[in-house]
Order: sequence, then structure tokens, then C-alpha cells
Amino acid sequence: MSEHLPILVVLIPLFCALLIFLAGVFQKRAAWAIASLATFLAFAASVKLLALATAGGRISYRLGGWEPPWGIEYVVDYLSGYVLTIISFIAFMIAVFSRDYVKKQVGLDREVNFYAIYLLLITGLLGMIVTGDIFNLYVFLEIASLAGYALVAVGKKKGAIVASYNYLILGTIGAVFVLLGIGHLYMVTGTLNMADLRGLLPGLYHSKVVLTAFAFFVIGFGLKFALFPLHTWLLSAHSLAPSAVSSILAAAVLKVNVYALIRVMFTVYTPEFIYNVVPLAEIFFIIAPVAILAGSIMAIAQTNIKRMLAYSSIGQIGYITLGLALANETALTGSLIHILNHALMKGGLFLIAGCIIYQTDIYDISRLKGMGRKMPVTMAAFTICGLSMIGVPLTVGFISKWYLALGVLEAGRWYFIPLILVSSLLTAVYFWRVIEWAYFHKAASEEALPGRKIAEAPVLMLIPIGIIALFCLIFGTAAFIPEEFARRAAEFLLGGI
Amino acid sequence: MMIELIQGKYVYWFYITLMMIGFYAMIAKGNLIKKIIGLNIFQTAVFLFYISIAVSEGSTAPIMLAESYGSLDAGTVTYTNPLPHVLILTAIVVGVSVTAVALALVIRIYKTYGTIDEDRIARLEQESP
Repeated sequence: MSEHLPILVVLIPLFCALLIFLAGVFQKRAAWAIASLATFLAFAASVKLLALATAGGRISYRLGGWEPPWGIEYVVDYLSGYVLTIISFIAFMIAVFSRDYVKKQVGLDREVNFYAIYLLLITGLLGMIVTGDIFNLYVFLEIASLAGYALVAVGKKKGAIVASYNYLILGTIGAVFVLLGIGHLYMVTGTLNMADLRGLLPGLYHSKVVLTAFAFFVIGFGLKFALFPLHTWLLSAHSLAPSAVSSILAAAVLKVNVYALIRVMFTVYTPEFIYNVVPLAEIFFIIAPVAILAGSIMAIAQTNIKRMLAYSSIGQIGYITLGLALANETALTGSLIHILNHALMKGGLFLIAGCIIYQTDIYDISRLKGMGRKMPVTMAAFTICGLSMIGVPLTVGFISKWYLALGVLEAGRWYFIPLILVSSLLTAVYFWRVIEWAYFHKAASEEALPGRKIAEAPVLMLIPIGIIALFCLIFGTAAFIPEEFARRAAEFLLGGI
Repeated sequence: MMIELIQGKYVYWFYITLMMIGFYAMIAKGNLIKKIIGLNIFQTAVFLFYISIAVSEGSTAPIMLAESYGSLDAGTVTYTNPLPHVLILTAIVVGVSVTAVALALVIRIYKTYGTIDEDRIARLEQESP
């Protein structure tokens, strides 16, 4: 049984997605239960895979028994086990959260479709993580993207359809660029297996075809994870989608695309190529600081809470790319912890925004007056995630920024230290604003929200938020847990196969 | 030199030209349907690129004929590489799905806004967000 886990992780959500359509015909309520169960099973399988990979090293699964490099290979190693666990955990939390949220914010008539498409999205994401075949990566990328476009449009907000359309156009350009990159690599090597490519490419590193392919990969995945100048689609897509969808887009979809780029950078190409042959680090050294500062400054200017969170994502992506560019183990560890970090925090924060919108329909930050007393659990979780985003010690946000700062010093680029400090202060500014309105202002008089008593969201929405906030604290205090997995993955990436 | 560059690699010039036509339509056109047409041209260009790399000079279809079993020496007959065709079959399916989702979105945009012109939708959005 356990030798088939790498494929089961992908198949469970896939078949459950089809099952939801069938079950939805007879019993609409079954949809949520199946989705939660499927994501939970995927999470359980991921934990088991991570444990197996940690104990025994790289797990290779041959699809249909065909030997790689001819057949498709699924690979679970330190890195993919780590990312797999994070993504499936967040997917499970959001599935649990969705029960009440979707009924109200998406509508009963679309409930079945929502969960089926949600599971297809998870299928695509988990598939992208475990696959060891670069064309298979493209196929899963498109499965995840298509499900993502549909989910953005599923909500009741009018602008969401246009946001989804723009996301589709830019997302497809990104995916086609990835496809072109794969074509170029296949043209010169005749193989699609990542490990095999790694062995064949070094002799061709100065071939223009291989260089072009790499450029296509960076731009293609960069479009998908909103690398700074390519981020425009993210703002409207993440802010207008239903909050549960924004949460999975920010926490999982962005992260998996970053993961895909890391895979291509370190598994298909080698550290030697990305740091010595192409000037990728130099480009990231310019893009990342601009992304970090621009994201944070624009977030301060926002009055809509979801738009603020969307801008903040751009800055956080900047941190991850900065860590990738620094080319040492400490910084790469920081980047990988930041992937966990941002998945927890931004996933959590969008869910919290969802809770607030579910109960009050308030998007405007200045109307959150006195919310700290009316929704104490929600706002407490918001405060913890916010502090973590700022990087206050004892939260997980501190750990990744600490590693990034150490990595910056190790690389001898001390001038990035003020950048990290300034951007943390800017982050503090925009989160503090929310906390101030929520806790230090008297509640708005009741006529502002007629006929409505504001109370906590349903318990099933609060539990995932509570768990996520708790993990922000646990990983912040017991920092050795994420640190060990991330360090091992970083060591593995820089060290070789 | 220049002529060689064009003549020797003319397939690539075709695919790049086609790709840029599609790209231009996706970026510059205001009509949402025209953007989808651009998207299709853009994808088709990449499909052509894949198919073109499968061919080698004087090669034949990759079918093993019954009478040539055993008698066929390796190296005497060159086959076109069938793998890119298979990959592109998958990519075409993906392309069709993308088009379907995009068209479904345009239908909903039309029902909501009564227009499929990008600028007019933006104006309507500004008036009543």
C-alpha cells in the first residue's frame, strides 16, 4: 500500500472530484463531506510520504511500471515531501472552512460544482509537486490553472468574472511559455524526465537553446506566481474571488508555482548553471527589493482588506525570490520556511477576512471599529497572523526573516538588511491599522449595520482559523521543526540529486 | 549569411511570426472574443513548433510494417519522432479546455455587462463597482 502513496496523493482528490458530481445529483450535502475527507486523506498520505522520504531518502514511483526516463516518474524527496505536506494541510483546512462560507457567499446552487472544482485544483497542485516528469508538470499546471480560473469566477461579486478572464489570459501566456521551455529542452536532449535532463544538460549549458528554455521557464512560472512586474492579474483575482478561494490561491497556488520554478532551477538545471552561467541572481536582486517595497507600500494605501492582503502577497513573494537569489544554504532555508510561513499566514488571513465578510459584509478597514470585542476569536487569530507577517519573535514569520537576514550577511550583501527591516516596519504599519481599528476604537453605533447583531462566525469556520494561528505560534517557538525540514531540503537542493 | 539564417530555419520563423500575431491580439485587442482567437493562434504556434522538431530529413511515419519485421536494419530507415505528436495531442486537449473556460467566462461577462468590449466594461466597473 505505502509504495503506491505517491500516485494515491494525486488520485484521491481526482476521483473524489468525480464522485462529488455523482453524489451531488442525489445528496448535495455530501459534497462538502467528500471534499473534506479527500483533502484529509491527501494530507495523511503526504505526512506518511514525508516521514518515508525523511527516513529513506528519495522515493521514486514508476507509473504503469515503465522505467524512467521512458515512463513517467513520480518523485518524493525532501523538498517535495515538505511542500506536499504544507499544501495538503492548507487544502484540508480551507475545505473544512468552506462548509458554511460557500453556502452563503457562493450559493447553494453552485455548491456541488465548487467542491468538485476545488478538488480538481488540489489534484493539479499535488500532481505538480510529486511529478518527476517535466511535461507531466505542464499538464498538472494547466489542470490547476483551469480550476483556479473557474473558482475565481464562482463568487457573487460582479467584477470577479472579468478578474477571472484576465487571470486566464495571463495565466495561459505563462503556461504556454513553460510549454515552449519544455519543447526547447526536449529538442536538444530528447528526454522529459527531470533527473535525466539534469544528467544530459551540463554539456549544453552555453547552448542558446538551453538558455532560451531557462528564460521561458522563469517568465512562465514568474507570471504564475506573480513575480513583481508580472503581478497585475493577482490583485483583482485575489481580492474579488470568494475568500476561501483567495485563500487557496494565495496559500497554495502561488507556492506551488514557486516550487515548480525551484524544481526547474535546482533539479533540471543545477546551482552551477543558475548562479554562474545565467545572471538570474542579478535580475532577482533588482526585482525582489522592488517587489518587497512596492508590495508593502501599496498595501498601506488600500482601504479594502482583501486588496491589502493581495498587495502584501507580492511583497512576500519578493522575500522568497530574494532567498533564491542569495545562493547559500541559509538563505535558501529562509526561502523554504517562508513558503510554509506565507502559506499559513496568508491562507489564515484570507480565511479571517472571509469570516468578517461572512458575518458583516464589511470590506472597508475603517469600518472594523470595535470588532475586537464583537468577534474576539477571529480578531485574535488575525492579530497572531498579522504579527507573524510582520516578523515578531515567537511567531513563525520571525524565523524565516531571521534566516533570510543571516543568509544576506553570509552572502556579503549587507545592504539588504535595512530593506528587510524597512519592509517589516511597513508591514507593521498596514497590519497595525487593522488592529487599531478593531481594538482601540469604540464600536460603530448599531445604525451603521441595521438589524444585525455582530457575533462570531460559525464554529466550523473558527476551528481552521484557530488551528492555523496556533501553528504560527508553535512553529515560531518550536522553530526546529520547520527549520530541520527546510534545511535538509536546502542542503539537498544545493548539494545535488 | 542572412539568407542562410532565414532559409535554414524557416520553420522557426513561421512559428515565431504566428506566435507574435497571436500575442499581439491577446495584448492589443479590446474585444474579448478576439483575445481568445489570439490565444488560440498563440497556442497553435507552439504546437507547430513541437511538430516541426519531430521531423528529420527523409524520415517516414513511425509505423512498423509487418513485412519489414526482422529484415529491417537499424539505421536504414529513419522515422519521425512520434513523441512530440503525442505531447501535442495532450496540449491540444488542454488548449480546447482553456478556450472552453474562456468562452464560458465571456458569456457570463456579456450577461452581466451587456458588452464584450474591454474599455466599456472598465467604464461600467468604475461607474458601479
